[in-house]
Amino acid sequence: MTVSTAPRRKIRFQIRPIAAVCLLVVLFWIVVALFAPLLVHYPAGDMVSYDYFGPMSKEYWLGTDYLGRDIYSRLIVGTRYTIGIAFVGLILAALIGITLGLLAAAFGGVFDTILSRAIDTFVGIPNLLLALVIVAGGGSSIPILIGAITVIFFPGCYRFTRSMAVNVNALDFISAARARGEGHFYIMIHEILPNIAGPIMADLGLRFVHIILLLSGLSFLGLGVQPPNADWGALVRENMIGISYGSPAVVVPSLALASLALAINLLIDNLPQRVRDQLE
Amino acid sequence: MTKYPKTAGETLVSIEDLRVTATTDSGRTIEILKGVSFDVRRGEVLALIGESGSGKTTIALSLLAYARAGCHFSGGHVLFDGVDLITLDEGARRKLRGNKVSYVPQSAAASFNPSKKIMDQVVEVAEIHGILDKASARDKAIGLFRSLSLPSPETIGDRYPHQVSGGQLQRLAAAMALLGDPELVVFDEPTTALDVTTQIEVLRAFKSAILDRGMTGVYVSHDLAVVAQISDRIIVLKDGEIQEAGKTEQIVGAPAHPYTQALISAFEPVEAEAAGSRLTKGAVLEMRDVVAGYGNMKSDGKPHIIAVDGVSFALQRGHSLGVIGESGCGKSTLLRVAAGLLPAASGACVLDGKDLRPQVSARSKDELRKMQIVFQLADTALNPAQTVGNIIGRPLTFYHGMKGETRDKQVIELLDMVRMPAQFRHRLPRELSGGQRQRINLARALAAKPDVLLCDEITSALDTVVAAKVLELLKELQRELHLSYLFVSHDIHTVRSLCDEVMVMFGGKKLETFAAADLHAEARHPYTKLLASSLPTLDPGWLDNLKQDPELVRKFAHA
Repeated sequence: MTVSTAPRRKIRFQIRPIAAVCLLVVLFWIVVALFAPLLVHYPAGDMVSYDYFGPMSKEYWLGTDYLGRDIYSRLIVGTRYTIGIAFVGLILAALIGITLGLLAAAFGGVFDTILSRAIDTFVGIPNLLLALVIVAGGGSSIPILIGAITVIFFPGCYRFTRSMAVNVNALDFISAARARGEGHFYIMIHEILPNIAGPIMADLGLRFVHIILLLSGLSFLGLGVQPPNADWGALVRENMIGISYGSPAVVVPSLALASLALAINLLIDNLPQRVRDQLE
Repeated sequence: MTKYPKTAGETLVSIEDLRVTATTDSGRTIEILKGVSFDVRRGEVLALIGESGSGKTTIALSLLAYARAGCHFSGGHVLFDGVDLITLDEGARRKLRGNKVSYVPQSAAASFNPSKKIMDQVVEVAEIHGILDKASARDKAIGLFRSLSLPSPETIGDRYPHQVSGGQLQRLAAAMALLGDPELVVFDEPTTALDVTTQIEVLRAFKSAILDRGMTGVYVSHDLAVVAQISDRIIVLKDGEIQEAGKTEQIVGAPAHPYTQALISAFEPVEAEAAGSRLTKGAVLEMRDVVAGYGNMKSDGKPHIIAVDGVSFALQRGHSLGVIGESGCGKSTLLRVAAGLLPAASGACVLDGKDLRPQVSARSKDELRKMQIVFQLADTALNPAQTVGNIIGRPLTFYHGMKGETRDKQVIELLDMVRMPAQFRHRLPRELSGGQRQRINLARALAAKPDVLLCDEITSALDTVVAAKVLELLKELQRELHLSYLFVSHDIHTVRSLCDEVMVMFGGKKLETFAAADLHAEARHPYTKLLASSLPTLDPGWLDNLKQDPELVRKFAHA
């Protein structure tokens, strides 16, 4: 008897051009966030020019802000805060939400009911309001911001995971595993999770955008990343007056925000068909 | 046999070298129809028969100038009364549909709008095409209801779709199709989803409507016996090509093509072994007075909806017990109770002389190993995210602690046991055909080295020829491995060819148990006789000669 080796599975994903462009934009911002210290021209908090709301120039690529700080450097550093906080918050929210969602689907019954109703109470509170309460109570620091994002976004992850998992849980192969005597955890990890991983990833992408927008909203209200540092939302807020001067200081961070949010959204809309089929 | 109207014999539809291609997600193009040509003459019923994927429905839909999403006409002509339907624009196609050509779908339940009254939906065709005014359309519909022998034809139209039975709804769908006096009616497997006793009523109604009106029809089905009752000519399809075409009597009586012969031979009744021809070595699985159901427990300790009501049976070691009954009789629930997936409310389940706990979680690993369940739909019974090797390998690891190379060897052996090549272990379930998936489903159950296999309608989703092969495999496995089967099915012939004993269920209760060879004995319960006589045979005159006690049919059939 010959034992043949497993053939390499060909991945037959067809990448659409628009998805490729969006992926590049997202990757670009990730690279910027990772290598921010190497890319900045001036320390982000330093006032380097006497010219406030200065135009784009050789020294100050994207102009200067209301205090004469270099927008290019502040934007690069802001990328770190925006993407970093959003990313860590998302990972935490996803870990909690997905785990609880799978548990609820696998165990079902009273456990599911109690957990779901308890988490539903979170959903009843408006996102920004909840964030304001948490930040007001704990003071604005990066750990508190991450904590706030986790608390606000894990119920969504939970509900999404649970609804997908409950559907898979009703299929015969789960019954077959249960009839075999498999435990709940095996069923969660090996039978359910691989079948819902694609849609969950796509959902997390959308949530990432929501987090960035919430974070920018908080910063806009002055409750996000504190001066002298700033994330994108804070950059827009502090330079608002610049609109009347036609200054790039307010346009550039807005564009950055829009480009990332749009790119992630479009990327998910144009995911390969096979992932999209699972989503529907 | 059919009284043709005056224009009989003229060609109504002529399909010439029709080709339909589909584009898959990965961009591959697949030819669904590879050049099909045939004529439909006025006043005849032409049957298209073939397995799933043979292109029969694609042809039927092309008569409505319709190609399903992702498909397109890539060549040929569909000439309807001399007009090529493929070249028509969408507006002209809409004028055609429901008016000149109409369609009776497979699942009437899915085709009716659940929130509108039946009459409003039936007369819609007349409104859309402006054929009749509302009042005369209603009168005509009532006349059609009467001729399709629907109960209380005057008022049935005022009900909602969920207030009539499946068989009635199928006839109402036919009334909808006939309302516009179409020149051609396309029937797309209209009785496949029905129980056998209901199917007869519907077939009778269709046949008399066809004869009365001298209708021209195209009848799509996978069931040769059904088609033999209703059609004048049969076209046998496979993989988008015509294998054989001919008069019904010729196809059924003297098939020329090997594929048709294989189809016919799958119908030949296999003689059951005489009772007592095999030694009994004691019961391996016994259930006593089992009560089970769904919903909350009532105060008397019984579930809200009782699906299995006091059923007892004993499965002898190395034997097969068939459980038959129509949909909703509790036969599948009985299997789920045996497997512990649905804990019984009361009653005992004894495996190998030991009492089993009702819940699966309370049973020991060894008890679970001895009894394995095989589900009806292999599509959902196999995890789409796991390779065949992992699917079959998991019970080996779980029950026998096998790993690495020993496990791989065993997987290959199991694949061999279900007659599949070793390379298949690297495939995903979606890369297998329906029959292959069912074999993997079986192999996974065998991997546990069980004593008892609980089989839930495992052949009913398969094509005739494939199902026959799976049954053959089951018999061989039983001889090799001394397995005992509890085999649930709605098909009395399948059960009879495989099983030693047959148990008949109705409404959650056991009616009787008898040796398979005694099916046609005089002492059988009237319902068993009704079931046995309701299964169509290949004899084209079967439906006309069938005599059933109407009292009995009323009592047991859900039509």
